[in-house]
Amino acid sequence: MKKPDPLQVNAHGDREIVITRHFNAPRELVFDAWTTPDLVVQWFGPPDWKVTTCEMDARAGGGYRFVMEHDSGARMGITGRFREVERPYRMVSTEIFDEDWTGGETLITNELEERNGRTIMTMTILYGSTEARDMVMTSPMAQGMELGFGRLDDVLETTAL
Amino acid sequence: MNISERLDATFAALADPTRRAILARLASGDLSVNELAEPFDMSQPAISKHLKVLERAGLVSRTVDGQRRPCHMEPKPLEEANRWLEKYRHYWEPSFQRLDSLLEGLQSKAVHANVQAKGKKR
Repeated sequence: MKKPDPLQVNAHGDREIVITRHFNAPRELVFDAWTTPDLVVQWFGPPDWKVTTCEMDARAGGGYRFVMEHDSGARMGITGRFREVERPYRMVSTEIFDEDWTGGETLITNELEERNGRTIMTMTILYGSTEARDMVMTSPMAQGMELGFGRLDDVLETTAL
Repeated sequence: MNISERLDATFAALADPTRRAILARLASGDLSVNELAEPFDMSQPAISKHLKVLERAGLVSRTVDGQRRPCHMEPKPLEEANRWLEKYRHYWEPSFQRLDSLLEGLQSKAVHANVQAKGKKR
């Protein structure tokens, strides 16, 4: 099997991040992996976090709720509302973390394109402000609570930037 | 400038294809504005305008070397922008690798079910 292409991340405009990733599967399958709770719990979540609750009503006007737990016992929750759900090629939702470490709601547009049986996923995250976009990945949440795990080097590097 | 403003200046400067091309050329050595303008179908003032944006973002510096004032690429803002993007990769890539395995499993299951269904028909 061909090795999947690496993840691409780009900043767009003042408030957007665009993430592109190829998957060795038809887009129906990728779409279902994003919208079926039994499947979502098997892969979704930042490093060292596990999805323990996943509720999903995948249609326009519907919503979702994830709760994730870290080995340390820390929890975080995400609540989202779907604006558009077009199987198998497009999902648009607004979402917010319980702890709101993204500086307000984010608008997430997830588009799936299929080429020769492979899927190209393009996920665009629109933040509420430039500061939110630029600072979100330095939060302890995004770094998988590294603060609590002695990975001080990364934290120091972040602070020194 | 704080980190957010610096990143903003870097990404804004990199958003233009001519400016990316200028940086790509400077990556292999310092060049004067004239030398830079040569391969582009652009006037020297137009190139100078792009250079100003790159200078403001700290991506290019101009040293005083008599009349020449060569342009020099500064790698630090690019490194900073890359480190920042790296955090996003670090956040998402492990999830997507799990998704890769899940998709592979689902597909082999589907193939298996298909073979079984065909077998029953016979």
